[in-house]
Amino acid sequence: MQDIRVDGFRRQNGRVGIRNHVVILPVDDISNAACEAVSKVIHGVLALPHAYGRLQFGEDLELMFRTLIGTGANPNVAAAIVIGIEPGWTERVVQGIAATGKPVFGFSIERNGDLNTITAASRKAKEFLQWASELRREECKMSEVYVSVKCGESDTTTGLASCPTVGNVVDRLTNIGCTASFGETSELTGGEHVVKRKAATPQVAEEFMKIWQDYTDLINREKTDDLSESQPTKGNIRGGLTTIEEKALGNIQKLGQHSKFVGVLKPAEAPKGNGLWFMDTSSAAAEALTLWGASGAVLHLFPTGQGNIVGHPILPVIKLSGNPITCSAMSEHIDLDVSGILKGEMTVDEAGSELYALMTATCNGRLTAAEVLGHREFVMTKLYKSA
Amino acid sequence: MNDFLVHHSQDNVGVAVVDVSGGQTAKGITLDGKSNFQLKALQDIPLGHKIALQDFKAGDTVVKYGEDIGRVISEIKKGAHVHVHNLKTKRW
Repeated sequence: MQDIRVDGFRRQNGRVGIRNHVVILPVDDISNAACEAVSKVIHGVLALPHAYGRLQFGEDLELMFRTLIGTGANPNVAAAIVIGIEPGWTERVVQGIAATGKPVFGFSIERNGDLNTITAASRKAKEFLQWASELRREECKMSEVYVSVKCGESDTTTGLASCPTVGNVVDRLTNIGCTASFGETSELTGGEHVVKRKAATPQVAEEFMKIWQDYTDLINREKTDDLSESQPTKGNIRGGLTTIEEKALGNIQKLGQHSKFVGVLKPAEAPKGNGLWFMDTSSAAAEALTLWGASGAVLHLFPTGQGNIVGHPILPVIKLSGNPITCSAMSEHIDLDVSGILKGEMTVDEAGSELYALMTATCNGRLTAAEVLGHREFVMTKLYKSA
Repeated sequence: MNDFLVHHSQDNVGVAVVDVSGGQTAKGITLDGKSNFQLKALQDIPLGHKIALQDFKAGDTVVKYGEDIGRVISEIKKGAHVHVHNLKTKRW
């Protein structure tokens, strides 16, 4: 398998992005209004409102900083404006993003008010946006593109068609030295023994099993029923999936036939090298995408059965489905129809080639269905109550 | 075209890839193309839902992908619809 050319944006730290966003990033919930105001004045910047950032502590606070800094640092982002209520945490986010070498500037609202902050941030946003608009795509390699994979609103067709298609592509990507990541910790339940066998070393297998066991212990401690409407979801059940074991075994078809995973990542943690990585994530789509965007992923492959419509502000999401009803009734959401696999009209390898071609086009600038439809779900993962 | 597909040679359920009508003869094949099935569907089985390839009694294990996907909670006849009414997780 040969590496191929894609035209991306090479950032100051050498990393490759496939989009060129200028983001307005709130540190906390109460700074959302100012960020959204800037995005209404300066056309073409992207505000990323979210629900958290106040009175968090411990590992939960570390995850908040990792998510905000990682999102600003993502190679799909050309430059970032950070707005927080006070200067301390604002500056911590600014410094984290600045380590990549990209333009970043912070504003705090206390002792200024919303209006002065919006004025100053808008002037800086205008400067960044005009600067970014002059950046040009240049020749890069597919192997430099960090790809994440996760399915949503699965049904039995995802296990038959769309997840094996992604698995076929994951095998191609690991062959050329790409960085890729999968997660969905609780949704591996029933297939965890299969995932364990796909670890590159016994140590990686043990690290994976510990994270999976911790998540399972949390669910068993907190659950009030058998999760029969949460995992699988009502949508999964409508599509024919009955148990978590069945859902998990379909999910892990995304890992490919031959690929081994080389390491285990905390939520929103950046991979430490190339290869396939397991990240500890929720299986809720918007939360998981946000964690991968924060870890530096620049392209996401998303198999769906019943038709999950999720997108992300800075991480383009390619949707594929093998369910002929979904491909027909929700065609505007589906980038690639692989229902031919169910009909015996298409092999998984042929579907993999089509997906690989679509990935290449997307890396070169083709917009995904979720981008065109304005799906910009940015949902931070919260580990526990705030102080 | 087949009415259902079977992931693995050890599986005891298949997945309908069209809407199957109760009473019809349904044809299926394993993904490796090595084994063919022909059986009478006892009920309507919507696209994506599972059809029993054998008789089951309560407590039996349903196998798909060659792996355990849960326990049977009430008797299932060959050709019947397998779903939440007769199959439960062994996990939580």
